[in-house]
Amino acid sequence: MSGSVLNISGLSVDFATLRGPLRVLDGVDFSLEEGEILGLVGESGSGKSVSAMTVMGLLPDTARIAAGSIRLGGRELVGLGRKAMRPLRGRDMAMIFQEPMTSLNPVLTVGFQIAETRMLHFGESEPAAMRKAVEMMEAVGIPDPAARALDYPHQLSGGMRQRIMIAIAMAGEPRLLIADEPTTALDVTIQAQILDLMLDLRDRTGTAILMITHDMGVIAQMADRVAVMYAGQIVEQAGADDLFDHPAHPYTNRLLQSIPSARHRVDRLKIIPGTTPSPRDFALGCRFQPRCEDALTRCLSEAQVLAQYAPDRLVRCWRCFEPAEGVV
Amino acid sequence: MSDAPLLEVRDLSKSFVVERGFLGAPRKELHALNSVSFTMAEGETLGIVGESGCGKTTLGRMILRLLEPSGGRILFQGKDITGLSQRELRPYRRAIQAVFQDPFSSLNPRMNVRAIIGEPLENFGASRADIRRRVGELMEVVGLRPDMMDRLPHAFSGGQRQRIGIARALALNPKLIVCDEAVSALDVSIQAQILNLLADIQKEFGLSLLFISHNLGVIRHVSHRIGVMYLGQMVELASERELFEAPQHPYSRALIASVPEPDQRGNRRERPLQGELPSPMNPPPGCTFHTRCPLAVARCRTEVPEPLEIKGGGMARCHFPGLLNHSQLESA
Repeated sequence: MSGSVLNISGLSVDFATLRGPLRVLDGVDFSLEEGEILGLVGESGSGKSVSAMTVMGLLPDTARIAAGSIRLGGRELVGLGRKAMRPLRGRDMAMIFQEPMTSLNPVLTVGFQIAETRMLHFGESEPAAMRKAVEMMEAVGIPDPAARALDYPHQLSGGMRQRIMIAIAMAGEPRLLIADEPTTALDVTIQAQILDLMLDLRDRTGTAILMITHDMGVIAQMADRVAVMYAGQIVEQAGADDLFDHPAHPYTNRLLQSIPSARHRVDRLKIIPGTTPSPRDFALGCRFQPRCEDALTRCLSEAQVLAQYAPDRLVRCWRCFEPAEGVV
Repeated sequence: MSDAPLLEVRDLSKSFVVERGFLGAPRKELHALNSVSFTMAEGETLGIVGESGCGKTTLGRMILRLLEPSGGRILFQGKDITGLSQRELRPYRRAIQAVFQDPFSSLNPRMNVRAIIGEPLENFGASRADIRRRVGELMEVVGLRPDMMDRLPHAFSGGQRQRIGIARALALNPKLIVCDEAVSALDVSIQAQILNLLADIQKEFGLSLLFISHNLGVIRHVSHRIGVMYLGQMVELASERELFEAPQHPYSRALIASVPEPDQRGNRRERPLQGELPSPMNPPPGCTFHTRCPLAVARCRTEVPEPLEIKGGGMARCHFPGLLNHSQLESA
């Protein structure tokens, strides 16, 4: 048993504001096994990116971990200082972002930026690291890698830059790769190439991937398990097949029905009324209740926990457990 | 209703000079749009779909007359409006309105909602009382509370701001609204609300919509007919059903196949399209798609495909429309 690569429990994050601390992440639990892809999906403000930044130790100074634990390969990250976090980034865990242009250094060649990781974490000499960088570029599908290694980021297309970001992330042979909207800025035919590349890397290296996106289609294609976030909490967690075939939480269910599909046409989209709340306006009781058509009386005042609904399946919803009680 | 279509676009082209040489002679040109033709009927939604750099936004901006065409004509209700002066354009500006992508940057942050929605009315000489009444009506149409009309845009969420943009577009009773990525910046749950609103408004006012988007699910949902664009050309034009059930151009087929869908898990059925978009500065000879086309043959590399009529009355710019594999080509 290799155990979990990443184990998060009870994680809460507060942001300091003029009106006091604001809880943007509230009691988040999830774990990732070796070679597993967990999809973290939600709309803006749901807390999915804050989760990633917290794991990477990249929260801004105004934010603070209020509670919980983050264990990476058995090692507790909560409470580690900046200095202790630094060697972990790039080596034990790596991250790729939505916009590769802003995360690459514009004045260094892309080959050197990949080689840097090798030199830093494996003590390789520059020539050896550059040879490795060219190999990595070939592995992520960059044509003529030896020549491209000497290019600067602005000389490459968006799709090629994202391949470089993936090569940099994989150069440290991390056990955990966090991908935050990695294909959102890309055209759909290029997105298909990058998603295939990520699946292929997972198969070859066994790295665990935390895939963060708002795109249910991307999640469906990539994820083994899915955690759906709403208003700073996980509201449903299940295997991908279960989640997409039989969504249990009313939010997951309605969200899936509100997506217009390229495969079949419906006359009218199902909608979720209202708007996604900001952390200042989270409702009492169930946070989705103001927009939920199936809300019960107790949903107005009592917060439900993320509870076992079926084997390997968690749901935060009173209604799922007491379908018989009277509707509001 | 007259026999002329509401909008007709004939061989519309646009090139931008990227670099000038001696005495300002163009040295390098970017062909953003290359001989695009189509018509739109009253009450119709025409979807325009394609990836970045395909020319879809340029097309929309020319129809709005925010950009001058380099060639071709735009006819509105049978009247050629391509060479009209700003003054002659006034009635046309009224009939064609726009909704843009970003509800955060397309609304003036210092104007209240009444001024934003009322501005087009004011430009066309409405009185203050009329503006106030009409803004209230429009806010109700788009699902906003009229008592919010004195507030500034920052008091509204992204979805509400897009509703404000739609109310403004409706103010002058237009015939056609150009929607350029009008729901792309919105969360999925809000996107569905706005798409339903657009459908309601279209029905109520008999509007035509030119709906530009990169999102194939959205395009399928809103459109009656769809034009697929690639590198400045319209490569296929077909009804929603024909395009999605039996795409005739290999690019349309690859584009549709590359969309990940929640109801389609695990490995994709088709191998994704290889290669990258060529530079529009230096488009490939022959068929511009041949560098990525899995079915390209020698002819595709040299001969530019002309628009061919395909079944269902649509059009495809391909030497072999409807071809699925090479063995079919040999027997053809």
